[in-house]
Amino acid sequence: MAGEERVWIRRNYEKCSGCRRCEIACSLHHEGRIWPEASRIRVFMLIPGVEIPHLCFQCEDYPCVKTCPAGALLVNSRTGAVEADISKCTGCSLCVDACPGRVPHLHPGSKSIVICNLCGGDPACVKECVKGRWSALELAPIGSVASRRTLAKTPMELTRETALKILGEEVLKEALG
Amino acid sequence: MKGYAGKLLDVDLSSGSIRETRVPEEDLKNYVGGRGLAAKIAWDRLGAKWENVDPLGPENILLVLTGPLTGYYPGTKVCVSGKSPQSNGLVGSTVAGEFGVDLKCAGYDGITVTGRAEKPCYLFICDNHVEIKDASQVWGAAAREALRYLIGESRRKVSRIRPRYGEAKEPSILYIGPAGENRSRIAAVMSKYSHAAGYGGYGGVMGSKNLKAIVAKGFGPLPDVHDRERMLRLARRFADDCLENVSFRRWGTGGGGYSFGAETSSEPVRNWQTEWHNRRSYRREEFDKHWVKKNWGDFGCAMTCLKLAVLRKGRFKGAVCDNPDYELEAYVGTNLGIFRPEHNIYVSYVINELGLCGIQGGAVLGFAAELYQRKILSKKDLDGLELKWGDPKGFAALAEKTAFRQGIGDILAEGVYRAALKLGERKRVNLLKYAVQEKGMAIGAHGVRSGRDFISSSIAYACSVQAGDHTSPASPVRRGDKGELSSILPDSGVYCVFAAFGPTDREILDFHEAITGWRMTLREWYGEKALRILQLQRAMLLLGGPDFKWRPLVDDDNPPRFWEPLPSGPFKGRRLRRKRFEKERLKYFKAVGWDEKGVPTLKTLRRLGLAGVEAKLREAGLVT
Repeated sequence: MAGEERVWIRRNYEKCSGCRRCEIACSLHHEGRIWPEASRIRVFMLIPGVEIPHLCFQCEDYPCVKTCPAGALLVNSRTGAVEADISKCTGCSLCVDACPGRVPHLHPGSKSIVICNLCGGDPACVKECVKGRWSALELAPIGSVASRRTLAKTPMELTRETALKILGEEVLKEALG
Repeated sequence: MKGYAGKLLDVDLSSGSIRETRVPEEDLKNYVGGRGLAAKIAWDRLGAKWENVDPLGPENILLVLTGPLTGYYPGTKVCVSGKSPQSNGLVGSTVAGEFGVDLKCAGYDGITVTGRAEKPCYLFICDNHVEIKDASQVWGAAAREALRYLIGESRRKVSRIRPRYGEAKEPSILYIGPAGENRSRIAAVMSKYSHAAGYGGYGGVMGSKNLKAIVAKGFGPLPDVHDRERMLRLARRFADDCLENVSFRRWGTGGGGYSFGAETSSEPVRNWQTEWHNRRSYRREEFDKHWVKKNWGDFGCAMTCLKLAVLRKGRFKGAVCDNPDYELEAYVGTNLGIFRPEHNIYVSYVINELGLCGIQGGAVLGFAAELYQRKILSKKDLDGLELKWGDPKGFAALAEKTAFRQGIGDILAEGVYRAALKLGERKRVNLLKYAVQEKGMAIGAHGVRSGRDFISSSIAYACSVQAGDHTSPASPVRRGDKGELSSILPDSGVYCVFAAFGPTDREILDFHEAITGWRMTLREWYGEKALRILQLQRAMLLLGGPDFKWRPLVDDDNPPRFWEPLPSGPFKGRRLRRKRFEKERLKYFKAVGWDEKGVPTLKTLRRLGLAGVEAKLREAGLVT
């Protein structure tokens, strides 16, 4: 059924304003408070003007899940999102190294891993971004992306790619060396 | 205590001591945060010797303060303050960015910095891990280079503190450029590439302390609030107000470069020789051609009124700045005879890289150019520079000399007022008539003669306790108009006025209550608390010193040029009326509890519990 189709969060880095309202929405949803570093989506700004909303790319082969030695990461059979079982997580962060985008991070309070679980299929961050008409984040059917893993890159890689488009090569060189 | 982190970080760079202090709850209730709290702290610590405190000496205190609304309001700022090297009073100067949020998440409502480090340093804050670090590698660096170094170093440092955390986000950074390092009085405290706390000149204060930057990362949540549901409901409303403001979201203040000239005739053109132009090349659509199509905003902002402007080709390829917003379009555009967007973007970029305040910097460049036009300054005076109106290269070169205090730049670095006096002395001519400034500060790019600008009152600058600051203008007393008091609310709650067109003051106070749990009536705020902050600022402004002391009444006046009729445009001939000005000024003085000279009355000071101010003003001979 179309309504139950699995979703994917499409990002358009060039359109991100850096308002970070996605971080606020995410942390309010998951933590009940405004907590940027506990947000499952984090906006990196390694160069001012180049803002990178960073969150799980939903690789089709789930390298993080496969790597977890504690069995703390599971795939939600309905949404396809990764779910972290914090009672099992030891905070070893091997999943961070396994992730091609180095997306997961430790919750600054509990010190166990946090990964975007799509808010059960209706992500709060996307709603906020769409409401504000920034369109840096949009929902798409998961089938619309052939290989999500190829899109998974680190904040630095994404910053370089995006800066090249927005600022140009010279500025990128000066800004990052 | 809700909405506040509950602690300040007190740093003394002379001794290297770092400690945490608490602000009494009573002070937070009365002075809120930001500008208000800055006035209180500065007065308590420096008030007794105010006239003798050199703003650029180790005895001055640099304040970086959040407010209770910071982070919760959908538009965030942080307030920089201390004794101003421009006005010699105290200015609450705000700048956007994530700094205030990171600071609160690290557990601090603010930072106080005194003393002077022996060597260039920067302050690194990661939660309760606070260090004074060596900045010699980055001293002398302009914005891009400075941020590259600071972001890189700080991310590595954060990763060492939290080794398994994962990829560390960049911390938030306040920094200075070469202008600040060289103790220019017109240097800004910068954030990102082009956000600036310009008014006040606190970049020079940082430089005088050998402090290149303050870097903050907070891993905690924002402090608990009193009534979460109510806070969120109001925040949603305020955000939705922004989202409905289609035009301002689309253009920000960036359409002003044309409209404030062509339509309201209140834009500085060639050092305010006129305030009108009709250059269609300067319309917002023309700027748009050079913009990357991207709205730019800071933490929580629903307005994102800034735009990221980048020159991708041409002579000035590689220039990056925000918008430029109206003040930059005016002061480093029309004020310099520049009417081409790409030239304006380029000079904005240069000014930002050097860490000069766009308004103060643009004002002093325009001032120099008018002196050159009038042959008061020669090519030799300018070290061979030909300063022609509209020449971006020439102005960029002079900006660089100013930031590094080379040649005539050493005088220009003092700002337009002090430069006028120094050059006037050298040339034996009164140059103050060409200096469009108020009590040591160049005024915002909003002339008052046409009466069509949103700042339309002849007393706007003359009576402001923040002197030339166009974000804190006085206004004639009318029912419902709170004058300068109204700007104390955003500056003390510390949120962005450009994201606050919608809410009423009552709603802001409701929001404040939802966060802090402290009920405040409009009467308490405007009748007591904001008024008390205003008295403190007025007292510090009048005490002034050590280089200048403003004469009450005499210096509460408009720049000479504002008394001339407008020379061109649809409002040609319009002028301010002295009698009317004096009447409104007197009315204003009375309304805010000052005597006919503009000195706070004993009655006012006693009613507001400011006995210490009374004693000090008496000692200074201001009250008898």
